[in-house]
Amino acid sequence: MALLQISEPGMAPAPHQRRLAVGIDLGTTNSLVAAVRSGVAEVLPDEQGRVLLPSAVHYRPDGTASIGHDALAQRAGDPRNTIVSVKRLMGRGRRDLAAELRYDLVDATDARATGDTVRLSTAAGVKTPVEVSAEILATLRQRAEDSLGDDLVGAVITVPAYFDDAQRQATKDAAQLAGLNVLRLLNEPTAAAVAYGLDHGVEGTYAVYDLGGGTFDVSILRLTHGVFEVLATGGDTALGGDDFDARLADLAMKAAAVTPDQFSDAEHARLDAHARATKEELSDALLVDLAFEAAGVHRHATISRDAFAAATKDLVDRTLAAAARALRDAKLQVADIAGVVLVGGATRMPQVRAAVERYFGKPPLIDLDPDRVVALGAAMQAHALAGNRAADGDEWLLLDVIPLSLGVETMGGLAEKIIARNATIPVARAQEFTTFKDGQTAMAIHVVQGERELVSDCRSLARFELRGIPPMTAGAARIRVTYQVDADGLLSVSAREMTSNVEAHIAVKPSYGLGDEEVARMLQDSFGSADSDMRVRALREQQVEAERIVDATEAALAADAALLDDAQIDRIRCHIDAVRRVGSGSDHNAIKDAIDALAHGTERFAELRMDASVRRALAGKRLDEIA
Amino acid sequence: MDIDNTHFALFGLNERYALDAGALERAYREVQTQVHPDRFANRGATEQRVALQWATRANEAYRVLRDPLKRAIYLCTLRGQDPADEHNTTMARPFLIQQLEWRESLDDARAASDPAAIDALRGQLDARREALRGEVEQALDRDGDADLAAERVRQWMFVERFAEDVASAAERVHSAAH
Repeated sequence: MALLQISEPGMAPAPHQRRLAVGIDLGTTNSLVAAVRSGVAEVLPDEQGRVLLPSAVHYRPDGTASIGHDALAQRAGDPRNTIVSVKRLMGRGRRDLAAELRYDLVDATDARATGDTVRLSTAAGVKTPVEVSAEILATLRQRAEDSLGDDLVGAVITVPAYFDDAQRQATKDAAQLAGLNVLRLLNEPTAAAVAYGLDHGVEGTYAVYDLGGGTFDVSILRLTHGVFEVLATGGDTALGGDDFDARLADLAMKAAAVTPDQFSDAEHARLDAHARATKEELSDALLVDLAFEAAGVHRHATISRDAFAAATKDLVDRTLAAAARALRDAKLQVADIAGVVLVGGATRMPQVRAAVERYFGKPPLIDLDPDRVVALGAAMQAHALAGNRAADGDEWLLLDVIPLSLGVETMGGLAEKIIARNATIPVARAQEFTTFKDGQTAMAIHVVQGERELVSDCRSLARFELRGIPPMTAGAARIRVTYQVDADGLLSVSAREMTSNVEAHIAVKPSYGLGDEEVARMLQDSFGSADSDMRVRALREQQVEAERIVDATEAALAADAALLDDAQIDRIRCHIDAVRRVGSGSDHNAIKDAIDALAHGTERFAELRMDASVRRALAGKRLDEIA
Repeated sequence: MDIDNTHFALFGLNERYALDAGALERAYREVQTQVHPDRFANRGATEQRVALQWATRANEAYRVLRDPLKRAIYLCTLRGQDPADEHNTTMARPFLIQQLEWRESLDDARAASDPAAIDALRGQLDARREALRGEVEQALDRDGDADLAAERVRQWMFVERFAEDVASAAERVHSAAH
């Protein structure tokens, strides 16, 4: 019989005994979901016991879609409506894409509003990569809710460390569209380091070499006393197992003396699938026979492991060049690295393992499943972020970095660096501008990401227009623009005229990806015509939020009321009561307003608490040092 | 503890140039453990915003203090002498002559593709950097001479910029040799 849980007098009981949160590895080829259950992180299988969900979506003319294995089964017969490797399209523009993409792309008719976003024409209508990814995420969310038996409070979604701002934002949009509360976007190599480090209790400087289906990352981390500090990261978001498959298909075509134009779409899709299978078999065998069809004729090729290694040497060399640069950025030598953790299914290829071993001078660490380690690390982080930290001594801290420098366009099309790559996040920098003309009330800022000198060689992130600058003589205004990168690696920009202290209004035009309005519209569309569903969900979300913020504020008052005087406490109590009054009602706008008022009314309290907790922590430290 | 404090006060450290790197790192980790947004992911928007501000502030302070040159610039500025100020460009004459000599040596070494000459130049820069660091510490911590410290910091800034030129020349010469 389960024992009744009784909390200590004066201590508020935990509002929810389990706060369910999951980690999701949204991969190019496969995706996984994992959760911490009974203190152990585990991947969650589907009803048929399968853990990997192929990242494939098949769209049907009736507007429905099938996802995963079912979608993949449709690929050979209906390749143009079966979207695979959609991760490669996230946050990308048409110009970014390799020419051989075999989907029907839509010309954006309204390029002004939506930038250069990729759109796919499918049997079920026009789909953005964000919507395709949302289908995969929603499938995993459903799987998690079915196997855990409750709603999720949130999810940690992993992204390649080398993803730029647009690619991260697209991933977050997809999660939102799938109905997931994103607790954090977590870099894949960092997630792997968490799983590896917590599992093995190791300390020292480690490299994580993560070659996925379509992306490559390498991160250098220092692990000490529960702190995972990323020192540097490098990579290539357009290099992965897919590229090795393509090289193998090329080898097969060459051996059989056929050219790509002889293939039908369906034949090509089948060759791709055979190439992938052959690549996997070559990890165990030295020679593999591959049979396929071109123009309706049976063909045959024999591929040797050595020939495959030779044909992919330049790809492997690119990964090692990225590793070398990350080491340089971390100001470290190869000899400083205690171990190399391999992540991603593509690291099973013998030529990759051999190259990593040669470069780092030691055999890589392969005792964790390279397909699962990222999802497991994400699940551990999600569990902690949701407020399930086991005990004070059990805490760990992740300090991650921004992978690519952020800059702004200056005169002559040059990029001026604002935030350097590998800066620890969150990070902010401010820059001051002045006006060029008398009475000027607006100015434009173009933000780019990348390491090159010329703006045209960097990746455009967004154009910001500042409006509402008070009219002054030229050169008199002092406009301070602050660029803030948060713990998800996402950029926000704010601006203020310093002499008048007027906040400038900022209109953001993302260069790639979707505007806020478009995401909102998609969210609305996802509920179909049933507007009431939307309202029910909005109400439920606000009620949960109301409960959460009241609990949190009560706990804060119980701990730190001493920081406030009686009048301040009374005012906060009034706000709490107001949230409680409307919280049980059915007006989600009223709940939201009351929550906002409580949030606003506790700002000073939150600041005082933070100041006090820092003071306590440092005071404790100093005592330790005296002892 | 207040978010508007100096970088030193933020970490509970004395406002001195000489610094125990281990104590700085421990204080930084203590502060981040308290303020990092990951600790507030399930809290309200207000607490998340305060955490973001604090964690950003702690990262900035740590970035400046752990770097010997950035720490020197910062401390000079706190003492009213901003070494990067455009109106403040005085530099000792012997150092200006030294600059010219270094530039000439680099040009010669580059033209001759002489890795040994470049390595020798690097050795000189390393030695000068160490010497300047000692002089800055002396001026700031013992003599209380922020003027002199700022002048030495400007020399040091030149040395760092020039060392980058030398490093990229070294990379070119070495890769050409292979």
